[in-house]
Amino acid sequence: MNPYLFGYLAAAIVGLSAVALTRKNPVHAVLLMIVMFFHLAVLYLGLGAEFLAAVQIIVYAGAIMVLFLFVIMMLNIKEEIEGERFTGGWPLGISLASGLFLLLIIMTGNVLPGQQGIYTAQVIASQTDTKALGSVLYTQYIFPFELASLVLLVAVVGAIVLAKKKLR
Amino acid sequence: MPEFLRTQVMVILPEALLAVFAMAVLLLDLVVKRKGILAALTIGAAVCGFFALSGTGGGGSAWGGMFIADGYGFFFKIIFLASLVLSVLVSSRYLIEEDINHGEYYALMLFSTIGMMVMASAGDLITLYLGLELMSLCLYVLSGFIRGSLRSNEAAIKYFMLGSFASALLLFGISLTYGLTGTTAIDGVAKYIAAHGLAGNPVLAFATVLYVSAFGFKIAAVPFHMWAPDVYEGAPTPVTAFMSVGPKAAGFAVIGRVLLVALSQMSFEWTGLVIALSIMSMAAGNILAIAQTNIKRMLAYSSIAHAGYALLGIIALSPEGLASTLSYLFIYAFMNIGAFTVVTLLTTKGVKAEDLKEYVGLSKTHPFLAALMLIFMFSLTGIPPTAGFIGKFYLFTAAIKAGYTWLAVVAVVMSAISAYFYLRVVMYMYMKEPEGEVKLERSYGARLALGVTALAVLVIGMMPAGLVEFARSAIAGFRG
Amino acid sequence: MNFFEVVFQPGIMDIIVKMLIILVKAVVVVGVLMLHVTYATYFERKSIGHMQVRLGPMQVGPHGLLQPIADFIKLFFKEDIIPAGADKPIFFIAPVISIFAGMTAISVIPFFNGFVIADINIGLLFILAMSSLNAYGVMLAGWASNSKYSFLGSLRSSAQVISYEIAMGLSLVGVMMMSGSLNLSDIVRAQERFPGGFYWPQALGFFVFMVAAFAETNRTPFDLPEAESELVAGYFTEYSGMRFALFYVAEYVGMILMSLVAITCFLGGWDGPFAIPYVPFAWLFLKLYFFIFLFYWIRATVPRYRYDQLMALGWKLLIPLALLNILGTGLVKVLLR
Repeated sequence: MNPYLFGYLAAAIVGLSAVALTRKNPVHAVLLMIVMFFHLAVLYLGLGAEFLAAVQIIVYAGAIMVLFLFVIMMLNIKEEIEGERFTGGWPLGISLASGLFLLLIIMTGNVLPGQQGIYTAQVIASQTDTKALGSVLYTQYIFPFELASLVLLVAVVGAIVLAKKKLR
Repeated sequence: MPEFLRTQVMVILPEALLAVFAMAVLLLDLVVKRKGILAALTIGAAVCGFFALSGTGGGGSAWGGMFIADGYGFFFKIIFLASLVLSVLVSSRYLIEEDINHGEYYALMLFSTIGMMVMASAGDLITLYLGLELMSLCLYVLSGFIRGSLRSNEAAIKYFMLGSFASALLLFGISLTYGLTGTTAIDGVAKYIAAHGLAGNPVLAFATVLYVSAFGFKIAAVPFHMWAPDVYEGAPTPVTAFMSVGPKAAGFAVIGRVLLVALSQMSFEWTGLVIALSIMSMAAGNILAIAQTNIKRMLAYSSIAHAGYALLGIIALSPEGLASTLSYLFIYAFMNIGAFTVVTLLTTKGVKAEDLKEYVGLSKTHPFLAALMLIFMFSLTGIPPTAGFIGKFYLFTAAIKAGYTWLAVVAVVMSAISAYFYLRVVMYMYMKEPEGEVKLERSYGARLALGVTALAVLVIGMMPAGLVEFARSAIAGFRG
Repeated sequence: MNFFEVVFQPGIMDIIVKMLIILVKAVVVVGVLMLHVTYATYFERKSIGHMQVRLGPMQVGPHGLLQPIADFIKLFFKEDIIPAGADKPIFFIAPVISIFAGMTAISVIPFFNGFVIADINIGLLFILAMSSLNAYGVMLAGWASNSKYSFLGSLRSSAQVISYEIAMGLSLVGVMMMSGSLNLSDIVRAQERFPGGFYWPQALGFFVFMVAAFAETNRTPFDLPEAESELVAGYFTEYSGMRFALFYVAEYVGMILMSLVAITCFLGGWDGPFAIPYVPFAWLFLKLYFFIFLFYWIRATVPRYRYDQLMALGWKLLIPLALLNILGTGLVKVLLR
């Protein structure tokens, strides 16, 4: 991947997230998040993960953020905007986060790439990303895959139990 | 079914059976009016799961090492199934009293148990995470199951928020480990670290800190305990009983899998952390419990303290230590559910029975119940001849043998402090006159659960050899 | 070929040439598309007019042929009104999102063998991704207008689009399974073995897709977001002039896009019963006109659904049907192997 492109994407992702965090208007924050997701999708594209890029847009930008927006639109935003932007604990939060950030920066020198699997970039490119992902997901990772389906089922049941107006 | 597939499915048979039952409960809930039938079905599921488990006890690993059915997992799964059966027995009447008698309750209980069982058998960090998430999601919903109660809502929200934070920490840890080693298989990580001399790598150390924080949250160890008192207080009492036992044991199961296997080379780094966690948990749990007047909150702090004790066996880094942690968790399951069952039995329509004052003079109005509560309180304190004593005894000996005499001394001092608030309940029950009529919930299930737990506490207390032997044999094949 | 391999291959001249080719292709497609949009409005008014036994536009030009041009000029010079209390940046950007989503998706559609702006491996997913963004234009327009009607329209629309997106995505899974690819050109080529296309082996999927396509484009009988009789014009009530025109164009682009996807995935794309010399895209356009007519035909025939009926149809009929279709396709594939 082109290092300049990567630099731009990385900077944009971090910058957009920071700007989104500091918006008073939640709708603006959501929109910035969507732009951020697009950058993330392009990042995936550049790494040869086309399927992931498409799913990133479909699931996050297309579904999850729409639901976010849906909920936010129900709020009374005028009141929301007039209130305090952050809760009282934010200096603590920021110092914790920047401490963590510093720690991670110091550690970057110690990051060693681990062993490589059989799916190198060439192999994936030759059989297309989607096919490679599918064949691994439905063979090697079938057990976690099925487990994830149970997690989703529980999420659906849980949402209904907690939110349905009248259970029977 | 092809032979290959059959052997794979046989290994996860207990979990698969439970999943089938859970979905059956969900579907039957549509047509069944008496939810007691669903409770019976849930207990039936646990029994079937138990038999399937005994049939495939040491079945080895399956799904490419993603799932390991060894003795270690077997031991934990027995704890989970026992706590499931006991909590369901306690629940059925409570749900009617609280007017939350919905069939989804049992399905969620079952799914949560499946999650724990997967955690105990995880051979891969991905399976581990998914199991943990399955367990936690069910518990978030279950703790908010009394939808009309603000405290229950608060419990669910608080648990969910902090729980997702813990999950995020765990995922961050997993991603760092994966980046460094290129694998998510638990034994693969261990092998890679050993082969490439990664032990002591700062990034791996950071990942270790993240793992300890995430698991510390699940077992409610200080300083990751903030959620516990509020959640335990707000959740329906049988759910509190269930989640003070199963998830805690599951947390220890994954601590064993990750810290003792995957990061065994990093033990120098994490023992310090875990020792700090253990001391803080014992101290904060026991001391803060003194100030509580709500019995559910008190038991929450006590469960924090017990997580601290149980960590001693992990710190010891010996098979003996691990075995003592296992048997302690087994004992803890019975004594804690027993204590919560007493609380549940005293809960009737409109009466919460959570304030300690409600227990004043219980020995006069309900002598038998008071006697059982006495047994559980003694056991939680660790007074012979109850099981609690045996559990602590083995834990402390393991710690001393591993050279942590000072830690054992701290633990003993903390146990002495804990006597104050456990015995205060006993004092209220026996030394004071009753102030009014106390009604009991009409639940045969809860009474049965009470009998079973009390019997277990006493029998293990007097004849511990069987349990200790079971725990030892469970970890025989465990590479740590 | 990977999207990035196309754009970022070494050799600066190579890159410039490639970019130029893409640019030219894009300009051609956009030009043709805009022409079609313009006359699709005329076609709609005429065909619905005749179905209702009236003549439709007759005044401007012979048989009103210049009517769309006149409309355009009028809209272009109209005053641009922004309601008080509107969230200006979002109010401005909403129609752009709508039109951007539709136009971008068209870039992966093969118009004839070898003519695609971007021949990417995940073409079908890309279309789904872009059409899912369509909801933002509508939602944001409704919210930013600071008006009740707009807001109600946008709420309806977002719920509707999310619900039907699932059915649409699932209905296309059968096509993906039969062709073994997400690349739209490969999908068209895979249909050569089936005379006419996938519409008969995938009849169920085709049906679900068409219903979902009507809902996704907010066309009758699912035009609740802009139900004139209840919500004035729904989410774009407060828009006027050029911005209104943008929404209008976006709606027709969406309609053309959905028709093109249906043609590519179910009706054999550019293929036809016999080759027409010199115009390789003839069949595709004939099919496109048929689908556009179908949209109008249904608009003139079927009354609007009630909101709960719409939701029930989406979740309780279309999604199960689409799942059934996936199961059936999978079974047949396994049995025929």
